[in-house]
Amino acid sequence: MSGSTTYQSPHTAVSNPPVTPVAAGFGEADLVRRSATSDLPPPQRQLTPVAKLIDVSKCIGCKACQSACIEWNDTHPDIGENHGIYDNPRDLTENMFTLMRFTEWVNPETDNLEWLIRKDGCMHCSDPGCLKACPAPGAIVQYTNGIVDFVHENCIGCGYCVKGCPFNIPRISKADHRSYKCTLCSDRVAVGQGPACAKACPTQAIVFGTKEDMKRHAEGRIADLKSRGYANAGLYDPPGVGGTHVMYVLHHNDRPSLYAGLPDNPRISPIVQTWKGVTKYVGLAAMGFLAAGSLIHGVFARPNRVTQEDDVHGEDLVEGKPVPPPKPETYGPGSGEHR
Amino acid sequence: MTNSWTDIKNADLVVVMGGNAAEAHPCGFKWVTEAKAHRGAKLIVVDPRYTRTASVSDYYAPIRQGSDIAFLNGLINYCITNDKVQWEYTKAYTNAAFIVKEGFGYQDGLFTGYDEEKRDYDRSTWDYEIGEDGFAKVDPTLQHPRCVWNLLKQHVSVYTPEMVSNICGTPKDKFLRVAEMIAETSAPNKVMTSMYALGWTQHSHGAQNIRAMAMLQLILGNIGLRGGGMNALRGHSNIQGLTDLGLMSHLLTGYLNMPSEAEPDYDTYMKSRQFKPLRPGQTSYWQNYSKFMVSFQKAMWGEVAAAENDWCYDYLSKLDVPAYDILRMFELMNQGRVNGYICQGFNPLMAVPDRAKVTSSLSKLKFLITMDPLETETARFWENHGEFNNVDTRSIQTEVIQLPTVCFAEDEGSLTNSGRWLQWFWPAATPPGEARPDTAIMAEILLRMRELYKKEGGAFPDPVLNLSWDYHNPREPEPEELAREINGRALVDLKDPADPSKVLVPAGKQVVNFSQLRDDGSTMCGCWIYSGNFNEAGNNMARRDNRDPSGLGTHAGWTFAWPLNRRTLYNGASADTQGRPWDPSRKLLEWDGTKWVSDDVPDIGVNAKPGEVQPFIMNQEGVSRLFARGLMRDGPFPAHLEPFESPVQNVFNRRMRGNPVGRIFESDVGRFGNADEFPFFATSYRLTEHFHYWTKHNRVNAALQPEFFVEISEELAALRGVTAGSWVRVWSKRGSVKARAVVTKRIRPLQCDGKTVHIVGVPIHWGFMGAARKGHSVNTLTMPVGEANIETPAVKAFLVNLEPTTAPGVQS
Amino acid sequence: MNMELSRRGLLKVAGAGVAGTSLGAMGFSEAEAAVAAHVRPLKLANLNETRSICTYCSVACGIIAYSKGDRRKGERAELIHIEGDVDHPTNLGTLCPKGAALKDFVKSESRLQYPMIRKPGSDRFERVSWDFALDRIARLMKDDRDANFVAKNKAGLPVNRWTTTGMLAASATTNETAWATFKVAKALGIVGFDNQARV
Repeated sequence: MSGSTTYQSPHTAVSNPPVTPVAAGFGEADLVRRSATSDLPPPQRQLTPVAKLIDVSKCIGCKACQSACIEWNDTHPDIGENHGIYDNPRDLTENMFTLMRFTEWVNPETDNLEWLIRKDGCMHCSDPGCLKACPAPGAIVQYTNGIVDFVHENCIGCGYCVKGCPFNIPRISKADHRSYKCTLCSDRVAVGQGPACAKACPTQAIVFGTKEDMKRHAEGRIADLKSRGYANAGLYDPPGVGGTHVMYVLHHNDRPSLYAGLPDNPRISPIVQTWKGVTKYVGLAAMGFLAAGSLIHGVFARPNRVTQEDDVHGEDLVEGKPVPPPKPETYGPGSGEHR
Repeated sequence: MTNSWTDIKNADLVVVMGGNAAEAHPCGFKWVTEAKAHRGAKLIVVDPRYTRTASVSDYYAPIRQGSDIAFLNGLINYCITNDKVQWEYTKAYTNAAFIVKEGFGYQDGLFTGYDEEKRDYDRSTWDYEIGEDGFAKVDPTLQHPRCVWNLLKQHVSVYTPEMVSNICGTPKDKFLRVAEMIAETSAPNKVMTSMYALGWTQHSHGAQNIRAMAMLQLILGNIGLRGGGMNALRGHSNIQGLTDLGLMSHLLTGYLNMPSEAEPDYDTYMKSRQFKPLRPGQTSYWQNYSKFMVSFQKAMWGEVAAAENDWCYDYLSKLDVPAYDILRMFELMNQGRVNGYICQGFNPLMAVPDRAKVTSSLSKLKFLITMDPLETETARFWENHGEFNNVDTRSIQTEVIQLPTVCFAEDEGSLTNSGRWLQWFWPAATPPGEARPDTAIMAEILLRMRELYKKEGGAFPDPVLNLSWDYHNPREPEPEELAREINGRALVDLKDPADPSKVLVPAGKQVVNFSQLRDDGSTMCGCWIYSGNFNEAGNNMARRDNRDPSGLGTHAGWTFAWPLNRRTLYNGASADTQGRPWDPSRKLLEWDGTKWVSDDVPDIGVNAKPGEVQPFIMNQEGVSRLFARGLMRDGPFPAHLEPFESPVQNVFNRRMRGNPVGRIFESDVGRFGNADEFPFFATSYRLTEHFHYWTKHNRVNAALQPEFFVEISEELAALRGVTAGSWVRVWSKRGSVKARAVVTKRIRPLQCDGKTVHIVGVPIHWGFMGAARKGHSVNTLTMPVGEANIETPAVKAFLVNLEPTTAPGVQS
Repeated sequence: MNMELSRRGLLKVAGAGVAGTSLGAMGFSEAEAAVAAHVRPLKLANLNETRSICTYCSVACGIIAYSKGDRRKGERAELIHIEGDVDHPTNLGTLCPKGAALKDFVKSESRLQYPMIRKPGSDRFERVSWDFALDRIARLMKDDRDANFVAKNKAGLPVNRWTTTGMLAASATTNETAWATFKVAKALGIVGFDNQARV
C-alpha cells in the first residue's frame, strides 16, 4: 500500500489523475512525526519536500479552490447566510477546509483601494503546533515531504490541535467529533498528483511542487510585483514554525496581518514546544481519556468529553501563545480599514 | 471574439470595461494573468464597482454605468489631440479618407434626420459621396473637411477630460492616466485587447458602446493583430453557436437575414444584397450571399427547393417588424396576443426584465412548454412561494407541460465558444429517469404535427411536410448526421468551372468548406460559416492536436474555428501595406512576394497583394468603418446617451431621455421612474460563485454564495442607516425586493453633472427553486427597454430607492 | 476497489482504527497500534474517462468526466467526478468555482426526471407519459397554428407568419441540437423565436 521505492514527489498540479489503480507512494514508513508517540521508528528515506504556493497578487478570489476542495474531499458545507461580506461559508468548518478571506484596505501611501484576498487553510508547518499539542497517538502525522495529515480514526475530538495551531485552522465536527482540515490532498500527492485546489485555480495563483521549486517560482513573482511598485512584496514562509509547506506571495509582506489577520510572526506556544519534557504526565492523561473516548465514539458516536481536570490542563498546555489565532468573527485588527 | 482566449497572452495592455472577466470567465481570464506574468502586460479596469477583476488590475478607474460612450469618445479625442494614432494603419485600413455626403451633421445630441414622432432617423445623409465610377470618393490626404477623419475629429472634440469626468464621474486624473496608458498602444509594436460583455451590451445604446471601443482600437491599429481585437466574452456555453446558427427572430443561419415584408420575392430580397465593392479591387465577400442562401434553402427543403419556386423562398416567414424578440413577445403576450410558448433551457421569469410584466404575460398563455434538465421558476411561475412568488395559483389558467431533458454530461455534439471554436464532446453519464435529448423532443413534435397535418390538413402545411428530415432514425437524429448537414454536401457532381472534365466534389460527398457552395441548387449547406466543420476529412470539431509550434497560442490543430478554421479575424491587418508584420515577434501573417504565409488561415485572399486588396474583406469598402454609414439605427458615430432612467440629464440635450431611437412599447411608458422618487442608480451583474440561474441548484455553489444581496457604499449605508449584513428593501417603479446589504469600500459615490450619484449593485442568481436560499430577483426591478439596434434589454442602469427593512416573511 | 468509498464512508468503517487506539492506551506500542490507512486511496481508480466541455460560460473549458460504467458499451454510467483537462489549450486543467462543481449540477436534486403536466388552475404538476405529453403538445401547437397562421398580409403577399406561439431556444444545447431546433421552428413559421444571446 505504501512506501514504493520508485515514488517521487510531484512537481506540479497540472496533471490529469490516473484511473488505473496506483498504490499510494508514501505511508506510515514515511512519518517523521506522529502525535503523542515517542517510539516512532525513524523514516528510512527522505521524500522531497513539497509545497503549495499561493500568490495572493494573482488570486481573483473566485473560490474555485473551495469548490474543488469540496468536490475532491466529498464534504458537505452548510448553505448559510450572507453576512454582509463575500466570505462564504462564514468560516472554516469540518466541511470547508479552505476559505477565501476578503479584506478591503485603502493603501495610505497611494490612497487606492486594495482588495486583499487570501486563501486560508492549513499551512502544513514544518514544526506543526497541532501535532505537538495533540494528545491522541497517531491522530496527527507528518510525512517527510512536509504534509501534516489528520488520521481521523485516531482523533478524539479534544480540540487541542485547534489551540495548538498558530493559524486557527482545524475544526471539530459537530457530527462525528473529530478534527478536520486540509490534507494537502495527501491522497493525490501520494499518486504523483497535486492538490485539487492547485489544479483548479484558474489563474494558477495556487501552484504546487517541490518546496525548492516553489521558492524559486516565488522569486520571479516577487520581482514582477516589485516592478509594479510593490516594494515590500515577499514570500511568507514563517520561520517561527520552521517554515511552512503552504506559502504565500504577498504584495505587502511587511504586514501579513493586513491579509485577514495572517499572523505576522506565528510561533507555537512554548509549552507545546516543550511537550517532550512533560510527555509522561500529559501522555498518560491523554491515553486515559483516549481509551474512554474511543469507546464512546464506537458505541454512541457522541462527543468525547475529557475530564474537567484534563481540560484545564489542556488549556494550560496552549496558554501563552505569542500570537492569538484570528477569531473568525472579528479577524483583522478592526481598525475600520478592514472588512 | 475577433481573437481567441489563448491569444490574450500576447497583449501588452488589457482593458476590461463593460465586463468582469475574472468573475464571469475565470479560466479565460487566466490568459490575462499570463500576459501580465510573462509579457509584463498591464491590466486596466473601468467599472462602477471595484470588482474581483479590478483586484488584480494595475489601474482601476470608476465610471457611472451607462456613460461608457463619453469615456471612449474621450479616449479617441485624447489620442487624436495628442497624436497617438497608428497613422499607417488608420489611413490604409479604415475609412478615415472616405468623403461623407453633404448635409450630414450632429447637433444637440442628435444626428441629421431625426423624426421625433417616429422615434427614428432618416439615415439618407449618413453615407459616402459616390463618384461617377460607382466607387466611394476618398481623400487620402485627409484634408477634405467632410472626410470621415475630420468629421470624427470634430465629433469627439467635445469629449474633453473635463467633460468625461463630468458625465462619467471618473476623476479627471484617473481618466487621464487610463488615456495615457491606452494611447501608448498606438505604437505599431504595442497591442491592446478589449474584453467586454453585457456591461456594454445591455444598454439602450449597447451597440454604440462596442463601436466606440472598436473605433478606438482601429485608430490605435489594434484590430487583426495577435493580442488585440474586440473580444466579446459571451455568457453561455453555446450562445455564440445559437447566434451563428440563427436561432433568432431576424436571422437565418450564418448571419443571413430573415426576409421582411418589403422583400416578398427572392429577387427583391437578393437585390439589396449584391454587395458590390465600394472601392476598386476590393473583395466584398458578401457578394457570395446567394450561394450561401440557396445552399441553406436546399438544406431546409431538399428536392422541393428548386429554381422554379425560388428555392422555396415562399416557405420563409416575412417579418413585419424588425424582430419578434423576447421583449416584443412578452409585450404581445401581455396584450393577450400570444397563446403558446416553448422555453427550451431558458428561464424567462428570472432572465427577462420587469418580472411583474413577465408573470402577468405568462398567466395569459393557453399553454407553456418547458424543456430543461432542471426545475425552473418559469415552469412553476403559477406556484405560490410566499413573497418570493406571490401569485394566485387558481386564477392562472395556463396549461404547463414540463419536459425533462439531458444535460451536457449525457449529451454529444459541439459547442461554439466565444473564440469561435467548435468543440466536440462525448456523453459520460446515463440521463436521470426518463430525460431525453432535445433533438428527440424537437423531432417528435415535428413528426407528430406532420401526422396531424397529413390526417387533418390545416394552415399552409407545405414547409412542415417538406422539411428535409432524412435521418437514420427520424425520431432521434444523431449529432453527427446533423453536423454533416451543417457542413453541407454536393447534390450533383461539382465540376471545376475552369475544366468541366474535372469533378471537384462527387455527388453525395461533403464539401470541403463554403468556398465550394453554389447558388444553382447543386449544393446544400445548413450554415455556411460553419462549413468545414465535418467534411470528408471527418469530424474536424473533434480534433485534439493541442500543439502550438509558434508558441503564440494559435492551436490550429485543436477542434475547428469558424470561418475556415481561422483563429484571428481580420488578420490581414496584422501586416503593414508592404505585407510585413507590424511586430515581427508576434508575426501572424507575412507576404512572401507571391502569397500570404501564416500559421493561421489568412483572412484575405491568399494571393491578394498587400496595399491593393484591403483586409476588411466582409466590408464593401475593403476597409474598416470609423463612420458606420446608415448601418446603425442610432448614428454613424457613437454619441453620449443617458439610460432611460438616469440620475442626471443628458448634458448635450437636457430634453432627451435615453436613446432617442431605443425601443420602448407604448404600454411601458408609464413604467419609468425619475430621480426624485428613485434617487439611487442601480446596476445588475453576475458573481463568480454562480452561473446565471443554474448553479443555485448546485449545493456547492449555493454554499459559496448562499443568499441574495445588494452592494452599497459606506456613504449610502450611512445615509440610509444600513449596517452590513442587515436587510434592506430596494424598489423601483416596477417592483420591490428584499436583500441582505453588503456595505463596501468597493463602491463609491460619484460626482456627475453637479450631483452625487449613489450606486446600488444588484447581483442576479437567486430565485425560488434550487438549493440556495430562496431570494428575490433583480429583474423585479429592471426596465423592459430594448437596445436601439438589436433589442437587447437595457438592464444595466436603472433607478431605485433603498431603506432598511426586516427579513423576508417578517413584518416590519 | 470500492469507488464509492468516500472519506465519509471511510469514517463509517473506522471501528478498527478506534479499537487500535484503545489498544495503544493499554500499553501496546503506539506505532504498532495504528492500523488505519493513512492516505486515502485515490477515488478515481477503475473509472471511465470521457472528454467533455463545460456547460457554463463560453470559455468552454475542457473537462474530464469520470464515471462508473461505460456508456460507449451501452452500460449504465454514473458520474463520480469531474476535473479540468490539462490537455485543453484554453483552461490547461483549471476550472472556476462553477466548473469545479459540475458534478453536483449534473446530480442536482432538482434534475427533472419525468414529463409533468400542470392543468389550468391546478396547484400541482402530475406525471404523464412521454407519448401523452408529446401528443398533447402537437395538438395544442397545431390547433393554435391553424387558427392564427398569417399566410398573406393585407396586400395579399405571402408572409407565412405564426406569431401566436413563440419559442426560446437553449443557450447550452449543442450546435447540432440548435440546427434541429432551428429547422423545426422556422419551418413551422414561428417568428417569435429567440435565444439567450441578449440576456
